[in-house]
Amino acid sequence: MNDTGYLLLVFLVMAVATFITRLIPFVAFRDRGDHPLLLYLGRYMPPAIMTLLVLYSLKSLDLTQAPYGINELLALLLTSVLHLWRGNALLSIFAGTLFYMAAIQSGWFV
Amino acid sequence: MSTVGAAFRASVPVLFGYVPLGMAFGILFQNLGYAWYFAPLMGLAVYAGAAQFMAVGLLAAQASLFEVALSTFILNSRHMFFGVSLLSRYRARGLKKLYLIFGLTDETYSLITSTHPPAGHDEQNYYLALTALNQTYWVTGCALGGLFGASVQFDTSGMDFALTALFMVLMLEQWKKLREPYPFAVALLCGLTALWLFKEQMLLVSIGLSIALLLLRTRVRQVAS
Repeated sequence: MNDTGYLLLVFLVMAVATFITRLIPFVAFRDRGDHPLLLYLGRYMPPAIMTLLVLYSLKSLDLTQAPYGINELLALLLTSVLHLWRGNALLSIFAGTLFYMAAIQSGWFV
Repeated sequence: MSTVGAAFRASVPVLFGYVPLGMAFGILFQNLGYAWYFAPLMGLAVYAGAAQFMAVGLLAAQASLFEVALSTFILNSRHMFFGVSLLSRYRARGLKKLYLIFGLTDETYSLITSTHPPAGHDEQNYYLALTALNQTYWVTGCALGGLFGASVQFDTSGMDFALTALFMVLMLEQWKKLREPYPFAVALLCGLTALWLFKEQMLLVSIGLSIALLLLRTRVRQVAS
């Protein structure tokens, strides 16, 4: 098969497969958005998913090897303390990210 | 502030996460030997971070289309759960709604469920602006990576921590709103278990388990009352 043709077919197949995973609930629960169980999930799923995304984004951390996740821990601590103190999302995220970049690029805790 | 301005402000952390990640993808993609513009084209048509990284391996191995479809579907199947909690939020119709659903990444879901437009602004337009801005950041990253590849001088390593920090901040925002430990505790438990036992499918397994435990609680409450 022509190489560019193969590439474009892969794009098409992936686009459709991804879209279907995102579309399924909207089709399956069409007209049932106000069912009490779905409203309940709408309220309690976001906090659970946010917690899971924090864990997921740290999944490649190896806590058994130096520096034992200390960069991530300190950066998240800084982000959280700033956020609980000032309540400014951008400030908390920037401070945490800049600290993290500086820490890993200059190897503070290697 | 305009609706788009408010959405931009809320999505700046995603900009700092998506551009370096998109660039990493573009650089990896470049090694396959295709023209640079196919990287942003993929970001435009497929728009799924993890799946695009996976596709580089599949393309290199000339995987069959069936294999591509199946592995994409499995990798992204966690997105099925996202929509369940958005049914009452997405009230736009037609093409607008289809685009909101098409662009439902982890980060877009997080912003839509945890931030609000300023008073007096239309929520649906705010959601649309968030979705479109996030995709723009991702496509831009893919294009930069594909175009400039490894010749980029600025060291961006660690910049994608912005997404971890974003999830952390949005988790705290959820806590301020809800003040109930149950969903957080359930997620922590399920997340750590899934990381330990099913690392490759961590999100799918842990979201499924968490929903089961959340639903179990309503059932227990019903029986108790």
